[in-house]
Amino acid sequence: MEQFIFSSKTKRLTYILMSFGVIALVYGIFLAVSDVDGAHHSGTRLWTNLLINGFFFMGIAASAMFFFAVNYAAESGWWVVIKRILEAVGSFLPVGSLVLFIVLFAGVAHQHHIWHWMDAEAVAADEVLRGKAPYLNWMFMAARQLIILGAWIFMWTRFRKRSLEEDLGFERNRHFKNVRDAAIFLIIFGYPISTFVPWDWIMSIDAHWFSTLFGWYVFSGLWLSSLVVTTLMVIWLKKQGYMKDVNASHIQDLGKWVFGVSFLWAYLFFSQFMLIWYSNIPEEVTYFQVRFEEYKYLYWSMFFVNFAFPMIALMDRDSKRNFRSLTVIGILIFIGHWVDTYMLITPATMKTHSTIGIVEIGLGLGFLGLFLFVVLNTLTKAPLMAKNHPFFEESVHHEIH
Amino acid sequence: MKLYGLYNDDGVLVDGAKTLVSKGIKVNEVYSPFPIHGIERIIGVRWTRIAIAGFLYGITGTTLALFGMSYFMIQDWPMIIGGKPNFAFILNVPAFIPITFEFTVLCAAHGMALTYFIRNWTLPGVKAKNPHPRTTDDHFAIELVPEDIKDYSKEDLTSLLKETGTVEVFEK
Repeated sequence: MEQFIFSSKTKRLTYILMSFGVIALVYGIFLAVSDVDGAHHSGTRLWTNLLINGFFFMGIAASAMFFFAVNYAAESGWWVVIKRILEAVGSFLPVGSLVLFIVLFAGVAHQHHIWHWMDAEAVAADEVLRGKAPYLNWMFMAARQLIILGAWIFMWTRFRKRSLEEDLGFERNRHFKNVRDAAIFLIIFGYPISTFVPWDWIMSIDAHWFSTLFGWYVFSGLWLSSLVVTTLMVIWLKKQGYMKDVNASHIQDLGKWVFGVSFLWAYLFFSQFMLIWYSNIPEEVTYFQVRFEEYKYLYWSMFFVNFAFPMIALMDRDSKRNFRSLTVIGILIFIGHWVDTYMLITPATMKTHSTIGIVEIGLGLGFLGLFLFVVLNTLTKAPLMAKNHPFFEESVHHEIH
Repeated sequence: MKLYGLYNDDGVLVDGAKTLVSKGIKVNEVYSPFPIHGIERIIGVRWTRIAIAGFLYGITGTTLALFGMSYFMIQDWPMIIGGKPNFAFILNVPAFIPITFEFTVLCAAHGMALTYFIRNWTLPGVKAKNPHPRTTDDHFAIELVPEDIKDYSKEDLTSLLKETGTVEVFEK
C-alpha cells in the first residue's frame, strides 16, 4: 500500500510558514494594544485578517468536502484516485471553523466591531439595524453557525470513518450509505453555503447592503480555490514520486474543473456587478464604490487575473495536461482568490485605512502553513489510494482525449 | 476503387483494425453510426483542428459585437438607456458584455458547425458517401485503398479482412 510520508523537509517548510504567521500575529497584537491612532484601526486590522484567513481556508476545506460529495452522489468513477486528497483537505474544516468562532466571540466580547451590528449603541442609533436585529444578533448567529459548521464536521468524520473502514474490505452497504450521505451533505452544504455562511460571516459586515447572488459568488470562489489546492497537491505528490495511478487524463479533468469553475466565478462576479451598476440604486452601489475608489488597481487586477489567466492559459488541451502551466496558473489564481476574499472583507471593515503589510502577508502565509500541516498530516494517516472503492479500477483506467 | 469490410459489432471492428494496422496495412477510414472510443489513435487519424477554427470564429464574434455596439450606441446615434453616460465606450461596456458573450457563442457555434459540414461535404442535397447504407444504422465498415498498400495484393487484403470477423467484404 502506498503511504505518504511527511518528510522533515516539508515539515520544516510548514513550520517556517507558521512562524511567519506567529510573528505577524504577535506584531498585530502589539499594534492593536498600542493603538497609535486611538481609533482601534490596528485591532480591527488584526481581527479582519483572522476572519479573512479563517474563512478562506475553512471554505476551501468545506468545498473539498462538497466536491467529494458531488462525486459520490453522482457515482462518478474517475475521481477515486484523488479521493484521499479531498478527504485530507476536508480535515482542515474543524480548525478553520475554530478560528471563525474565535473571531465571532471576540466580537461578542467587544474586542472588535467588525460586525457593527454587535455594537449596541450603533444598533440603537440605526433604524435599519434595529429592523434586522431579530436575525443579526450574536446568539442566533452563533447558534446557526454552530449547527451548520458542526453538521459539516460531523459529516466529514462519518465519511472519513467509513473511508478508512473500506480499506479493510469492501462492503456493499457501506458504499451505498456513502452515496446516500453524500446526497444529504449536498443539501446541508448547498443551502447554507449560498445563504447563512457567507451572509453571516461576510455580508453582514456591510449590514445595510445585501445581494442575493452574494452567497453563490463567495462559494464559487472557494470551490475554485479548493480545486486548485487539490490539483496542486496531486501535482506535488506526483513530483515526489507518489500517486503512480494518477495519469494525464485525471490531471486534464482537474484542469477542466479549474477552467470551468473560473468561468462560473467570473460569471457570478459580473452578474452581481452589472445589475448593481445598471440600476444604480444608492444603497446598493456603495459596496462597489468603496472598492472602486479605494482599491481600484488591486480589485481590477484581482478580477483580471482570476478571469483572464485561466481562460487564456487553460483553454488548450495540452496546457491542462502540462504540470508546469497548471502549477503556474494554479498558484496565481490561488493568490487571486485569497485577494478576492481580502476584497470581500477588508474594504468593509477598514474602509480607507487598509494596507497590505506584515500582518496581512504574514498571517496569510501562516495560515497556509497551518493548512498544509493539517492536510499533509491527515494524508499520512491512510494509504494514498482507496483501493477498495468499487470504482477504483475504473479510475485507474480513466482515459479521455 | 476501394475495399470495404463490414462488421456488425464495433468491438470486432476495433480488434480488426488493430490486427490490420499491426500487419502494416493502412486503414484509410472507418464508418460508424456512432463515435468509437479510441479508434482515431488506432488508425492514426490526425488531430482535428476544429477547436482552433472555433477559437478564431469566437474572437471574430467578440470583436464584431464590441465594434458594432460601440458604433451603433456610442458613435453613430448615441442612445441614453437607463441614464447611463453614452459619450465613451468604456463607460457603457458592462451593458455590452452579455450581448458580446452571446454573439461570441453564436459565431463560434455556427462557424464550427458550418466548417464541419463543408469540410465533410455533408450539406443538404449532397449524395451520401458512406459505402453501405447500414453504416448509419447498425453496421460498421473499414475502408482500405488497395492501390496505396504495396505489400499486399487485393486478394490478400480480402482474405485478411475476412479473418478479422467481417460479415461482408465488398469493393466499391
